[in-house]
Amino acid sequence: MDILQTLKDLWEGSGFHSFLVDGGWKNLIMIAVSCVLLYLGIKKKFEPLLLVGIAFGCLLVNLSYFTPESTDALYHPQLWSDFLDHNSEYYHSYGRIMSEGGLLDILYIGVKAGIYPSLIFMGVGAMTDFGPLIANPKSLLLGAAAQMGVFLAFFGAVLLGFTGNQAAAIGIIGGADGPTAIFLTTKLAPELLGPIAIAAYSYMALIPMIQPPLMRLLTTEKERKVKMEQNRVVSKTEKILFPIIVAMFVILLLPSTAPLIGCLMLGNLWRECGVTERLSDTVQNALMNIVTVFLGISVGATTAADSFLNLQTLFIIVLGLTAFCFSTVGGLLVGKLMYALTGGKINPLIGSAGVSAVPMAARVSQIEGQKANPSNFLLMHAMGPNVAGVIGSAIAAGFLLAVFG
Amino acid sequence: MNMYLLAAVQSAESGTKIGIGDAAVTAIFGYCVVFFGLVLLMCVLYITGSIFKSKESKAAAAKVDEKIVEKKPEPVPEPPAPAAPGSAGHVKLYNVPDKEAAMIMAIVADKMQTPLNELRFISIKEVK
Repeated sequence: MDILQTLKDLWEGSGFHSFLVDGGWKNLIMIAVSCVLLYLGIKKKFEPLLLVGIAFGCLLVNLSYFTPESTDALYHPQLWSDFLDHNSEYYHSYGRIMSEGGLLDILYIGVKAGIYPSLIFMGVGAMTDFGPLIANPKSLLLGAAAQMGVFLAFFGAVLLGFTGNQAAAIGIIGGADGPTAIFLTTKLAPELLGPIAIAAYSYMALIPMIQPPLMRLLTTEKERKVKMEQNRVVSKTEKILFPIIVAMFVILLLPSTAPLIGCLMLGNLWRECGVTERLSDTVQNALMNIVTVFLGISVGATTAADSFLNLQTLFIIVLGLTAFCFSTVGGLLVGKLMYALTGGKINPLIGSAGVSAVPMAARVSQIEGQKANPSNFLLMHAMGPNVAGVIGSAIAAGFLLAVFG
Repeated sequence: MNMYLLAAVQSAESGTKIGIGDAAVTAIFGYCVVFFGLVLLMCVLYITGSIFKSKESKAAAAKVDEKIVEKKPEPVPEPPAPAAPGSAGHVKLYNVPDKEAAMIMAIVADKMQTPLNELRFISIKEVK
């Protein structure tokens, strides 16, 4: 046995050696990025349930993947390139992924097939009380207005040279809805999944910092002080009918929204119908947690250095922030319009909750409202636009999928 | 407009970049579709809401009529709920323990930045 040769082989086969050759330094940067994300998730509590998983997936993939020939890698971007290549013999071959893929490749199948985002939506539906929206259907206008950022970022992305598919995936960051962003991106531009998912979840976590300056800029002290009347009580029957009606109308309007809206409303029906407590409980807790585990690390796996460290990622980060800001602005402007039309009965601050980050955006409206008037309680009023935003972003995603899918 | 949108669709199918005009039309059209979908939903919710409201009011009116016809003896009024200890005025508590009532009042006073003795609580009721 040639000990020196063995040692040399071991050294050359190690990740440490890989840092020194063939752009391995990029992986080193990504490992640093993953550590920053871990810090933000753990220490700063930025969407920790997903960000910690995404960051660790990012760490794992950059520790194990250096070249397309890396057989020990947990995730193989090359396999997925072939999977998406119409001219490849492995086009849409899940069999090859199962036989040749690493752990993260196999977990990623759930993302690629759109299973995880839909199941997350089911859990969101089971956790959401649509009562404030049913009591005040005008909230839907605010949820629609707050999708402005989606389409402005889409337009901006086209201006920056992205393809239509990529621009659509980038734009949906403005919907402030992680599962929707992941769902649409895997369908339209899977090569951008890593940066888009990280941008979407990072900005969702930063909503308490992004929205308040815009809210103060676009509203007057008088508007922020408005106290809204208490919503009417919604009957149990209305709450049961709501998911059925929404599923019928929205899916008939845009069939491409069926996976997201269908799962969202099924989860909500389980919650409200009163005879499926066990299922509702499982979807809200156990299933949601399991899917979050798989979703986080498999999305993190798409941040291999070669595909992440480029100018596109920087553009996506900037466009994502733009999308978030304009979505907030859209909601606030329509909120101001409703304030004017109702003779000052609606506090425009609830408009910013139209971005669908539930319930963080509604909490921001509540906090800003109370800063202006300590006796103001806007939370339940803001929950209406907030959950309307979830439906709105799903419709926006459905439209973009119908056009570019 | 349809021609522009069709052009956008065709270019997306081929996986190429789309023109600025197509992108603008797609963005405006998409925003309109989102509004259309949610306005449609809003109308449906208003209709179902009004149906339920009218049903409820009819049911309430029917109950009142029954009471008049039957001329039932008036129920004996419930004894007044106990007042919360240590608070100004008379606060009626419904299914709320004293300690929780005191905490709720303290939180409200703190949030409103108003001394407790300047606030008047009428009643505290647990909503189930």
